[in-house]
Amino acid sequence: MSVSIRGLGHSYAELQTIERLDLEVEAGQVIGLVGPSGCGKSTLLELVCGLLEPSEGAISVGGAGAATERLARCAYMPQRDLLLPWYSAIDNASLALRNRGLGKLEARERAAELFEHFGLAGFEQAPPAELSGGMRQRVAFLRTLVSGKPVLALDEPFASLDAITRAEMQEWLAGALRDEPRTVILVTHDVEEALYLSDRTVILAARPTRAVAELRSPAPRAADRDAAVTDAAFVAVREEAMHTLRQAMSVAPLGRNA
Amino acid sequence: MRNKGTTRWVLPTLLLAALIGAWQIAVSTGAIAETLDLEPFLVPSPAEIASSLWSSRSLLAENAWVTLREILLGLACALIAGLGFAALMYRWVTIRLATYPLIVASQTIPVFVLAPILVVWFGYGIGPKLAIVALICFFPITVSALGGLGSADPAAIKLMRSLDASRWQIFRRVEVPAALPSIFTGVKIAVVFAPIGALFGEWAGSSAGLGHLILQDSAQLEVAREFATVVVLAAIALVLMGLVVLAERRVVTWR
Repeated sequence: MSVSIRGLGHSYAELQTIERLDLEVEAGQVIGLVGPSGCGKSTLLELVCGLLEPSEGAISVGGAGAATERLARCAYMPQRDLLLPWYSAIDNASLALRNRGLGKLEARERAAELFEHFGLAGFEQAPPAELSGGMRQRVAFLRTLVSGKPVLALDEPFASLDAITRAEMQEWLAGALRDEPRTVILVTHDVEEALYLSDRTVILAARPTRAVAELRSPAPRAADRDAAVTDAAFVAVREEAMHTLRQAMSVAPLGRNA
Repeated sequence: MRNKGTTRWVLPTLLLAALIGAWQIAVSTGAIAETLDLEPFLVPSPAEIASSLWSSRSLLAENAWVTLREILLGLACALIAGLGFAALMYRWVTIRLATYPLIVASQTIPVFVLAPILVVWFGYGIGPKLAIVALICFFPITVSALGGLGSADPAAIKLMRSLDASRWQIFRRVEVPAALPSIFTGVKIAVVFAPIGALFGEWAGSSAGLGHLILQDSAQLEVAREFATVVVLAAIALVLMGLVVLAERRVVTWR
């Protein structure tokens, strides 16, 4: 399912956070959004997912523009895993099914299949507090997938993890997307993560958020991550991205807009 | 861990034993009665209180049952009304804005002023006692429940919206569980105050109950049994508190 953003603008009170942003994501494509911290990336995702209404411009997901339609088509994975501590891992993962009126047992049964697939077998009944950071993040991702929505909006999904777990999770997500392609909008502040996982990476400038450059990844979601990110072509694109990002940060005007 | 758990019990028990021991010595040497210039029978020793506790056991049990029923039914009313009202105030801001200041202000009215009025209205039966216990317990339960509901993580609520949750599902699956620890705190406060409420209710007019017994014993200078009654009342509060703590451990497993 495609996502189309045209002339998007958003402001909180006086503060213009996003300005004239255009972005097209084709169905089945993974797009990375990279920008400095606090540049409105999370707001952008919430707008796409229908959790917020834009002040200007239009967003359509699969051709539908209404917030309720976007909400129904986009699965949002927030920065923190936000697993509910009072539910077991599997009940957290199957929340979307429960919300749609499925019985507890049926919802668990459907989520259980994915548990095995994601290396979480045996941890179905574990409370979130007993899971490692990587496992929690996988349960959170599972929860996003189980919702069965065609578009995934991932907000810094691995930001809270240590470097090694993060690399493992990137490889794992790449595998999951190879097996089952989805339209993904991936927000991150990690250039390498964006370039490894996405087909296209858009560099954003801060406040107001706007696109300053777009880069194509040489080998998106390669099976061997370590080889992919040390490849000369990848390194060249990464350096280019870093350069653009640094420029974007230095010329970024200070927040306020009339 | 075990060591720490034992210490938690040992220290207060030792202190209590020491206080009771000092009291026993002070009474049996006649020190207190002399200082206060009282007849010795007006200053019972812990041993005399214990023996009164034993000899009046059936009388105490009978009256304790009356008071316990008032406490439990009053608490139940306060729980239903308090939780229900907190939910209403949480859901509708207008209700909260209109009622919250009044609820807080109503707490400045002392219950022992209300108690005789309620007895005039509802008679000598269980009614006014229930009302007083419920009035006392309503406030901590309502305020803690309202605060607890508001403590739910806004990000989790947003997440639930994107997982197709209805307003009611968000309430049931996120806001209520998030409120539980706070609700239990409120119930613990309520449980401690409930026996005091029952006592006030009985003092305003009753034919049975621990408060009624205290009034009678006070008139007849049965000081030892008065103390025994207080011990029973305190035991009721402690047991109720223990039950609430146990329930909390079973329900709030994630803390």
